[in-house]
Amino acid sequence: MFTAWLPFEWIVAIRFLREGRLQTLFIIAGVAIGVGVIVFMSALLTGLQSNFIRRVLSTQSHIQLLQPQQVTRIQRSGTDAPKGQVEGAIVQPPLQQTKSIDQWQSVAQQVRAMTGVKVVSPVAAGPIMILRGSATRAVTVSGIEPDTYYRIVDLSDKIVRGSARLTGSDILVGLDLASDLGVDVGDKLHMTNVEGANNVLSISGVFDLGNKGANKHDTYTALHTAQSLLDMPGGVTSVEVTVQDIYAAEVIAQRINAATGVEADSWIKNSAQFFAAVSAQTTANTAIRFFVGLSVAFGIASVLVVSVVQKSREIGILRAMGISQGQILRVFLLQGGLLGFGGSLAGCGIGALALLMWQRFALNADGTPLFPLEFDATLFTVALVLASFTGLAAAFAPALRAARLDPVVAIRG
Amino acid sequence: MAEPVPKDVVVQLRDVHKGFNVGTPFETEVLHGINLTLHRGDFCAVMGPSGSGKSTLLNIVGLLDRPNAGTLQVCGEETTQLDDRALTRLRGHNIGFVFQYHHLLTAFTALENVMIPMLGANGFPNAHMRERAAELIESVGLSPWKDNLAGNLSGGQQQRVAIARALAMNPAVLLADEPTGNLDTKSADSVFALLRKFNLEQGTTLLFVTHNPDLAERCDKTIQVIDGLITE
Repeated sequence: MFTAWLPFEWIVAIRFLREGRLQTLFIIAGVAIGVGVIVFMSALLTGLQSNFIRRVLSTQSHIQLLQPQQVTRIQRSGTDAPKGQVEGAIVQPPLQQTKSIDQWQSVAQQVRAMTGVKVVSPVAAGPIMILRGSATRAVTVSGIEPDTYYRIVDLSDKIVRGSARLTGSDILVGLDLASDLGVDVGDKLHMTNVEGANNVLSISGVFDLGNKGANKHDTYTALHTAQSLLDMPGGVTSVEVTVQDIYAAEVIAQRINAATGVEADSWIKNSAQFFAAVSAQTTANTAIRFFVGLSVAFGIASVLVVSVVQKSREIGILRAMGISQGQILRVFLLQGGLLGFGGSLAGCGIGALALLMWQRFALNADGTPLFPLEFDATLFTVALVLASFTGLAAAFAPALRAARLDPVVAIRG
Repeated sequence: MAEPVPKDVVVQLRDVHKGFNVGTPFETEVLHGINLTLHRGDFCAVMGPSGSGKSTLLNIVGLLDRPNAGTLQVCGEETTQLDDRALTRLRGHNIGFVFQYHHLLTAFTALENVMIPMLGANGFPNAHMRERAAELIESVGLSPWKDNLAGNLSGGQQQRVAIARALAMNPAVLLADEPTGNLDTKSADSVFALLRKFNLEQGTTLLFVTHNPDLAERCDKTIQVIDGLITE
């Protein structure tokens, strides 16, 4: 019996779909597979990208504040000279010296007070020579404040031997540097800067940043130790900043630059290549989604075209009974929409199942998932809504054909 | 302007011409100037050889097809200038069809089939429709089968459901195109009796196409359509 709250078009559409059982089932399965693939792929890609980003950001800050580049200005002629005339137009770019950020304390304070900023930590970094017996190695020494810096890059998590302790005479070295020099925790290193000033530091920990270059060339000391090694007492070469929303880093960097005048580089700008890869992936994913969506649409359309042909006599009868063209149109549009909706509902189930399987079976060697996937409600909702609309749109041509059937011809069959 | 139609005239055709493939080399005229007036309560048989234009005549009276020339008035309304929407409305409310092949919607039960025209006109189902449909099913003697899917009924039963459905909107005119054409004699008799009953009880005007002279004889009048012209 008819459900009282369902309008005529819904009743007829649902009955027609139910009557063509096998057809309906097949096309719903087709739509479901398409939507399932889209949902699974999108979730996988989102997970992959956020995993990449997490890895990239585990060894660097979101924003780095640097001393502005030193530039040589072209010398202008005096006011008497003809307009636009310059003297000494060809100039050599100046040498970029390791220099402290001007007034970095107040800059750091200002940045710390900005909304969206999480951690601000000063770093004094510069080149230095390590002497060990007859061996010398040129490395970069970064002087850090452990309590703030470890909240940006958690070195204690990357220590493989010793500890992340950094007192005045401690130094952390990378795995490869340690093996190059044949040293380990507790050994002493002789440090010399370019001007020949000397200092002896003892290794408190050996870290592994997961990158051979970094393991070979990066060392960490306490901030004041580095300051004295680099001969810039009280100065810092950069201020490292992390923010709440990593994707807002570039906007916040621009705000910092505008407010303080120091150069602020976001990770987005610094990792342009990585971002290009991410956006290429996203483009490929969008293209795949588009074409899967298109084939879903054609599937629905072709089933409805067949259905219109099969039902043309009944359509004629309905028209003879006073059912309008608009009503017939809506009956078939609805069938498309319902196929899209039903198929995508099943598709979301398939997608969710595939995601669960992925998490269950795509594992690292240690048994943890390759990377964590999120069940994003928006993704499923968008898939449902889009598939329903695709169904409606796909039904348009067959529905129009049904509505325009000449009842005389249709009834004669 | 045509002279006013008397009140009890429900269908009036004047000089109706109908051809197919008009304007092409394959043009064929089927109706060559039909004049026909049906009054309320008329029970009129239409006879004639196959291809003489009977079905075309019915389709035109039923507003499924438009004449190429001439005028057609249904229930006092001039139809030749109406658009599809208005024609559909007029058809839904004033004309019922019964075809040779029952043409029920197989996805629906007998009762639901009878409700469809009312449902289409109203938009939503309601209790009144259900009662009216049940009454009609009762009056065609199919109450025990009313919840059977249309496809599961016998030919005679299906044709009776089709009659009940055609009467759902209480139309002024019932057009029956060989409704007994593929039924056995017994079923044909009972279907004819049913049509006659509604004709007498409700005053429904009937245009009844048949090849059966016995049945035609039992109608009030018989028109012959021969080569697209009417001879009474």
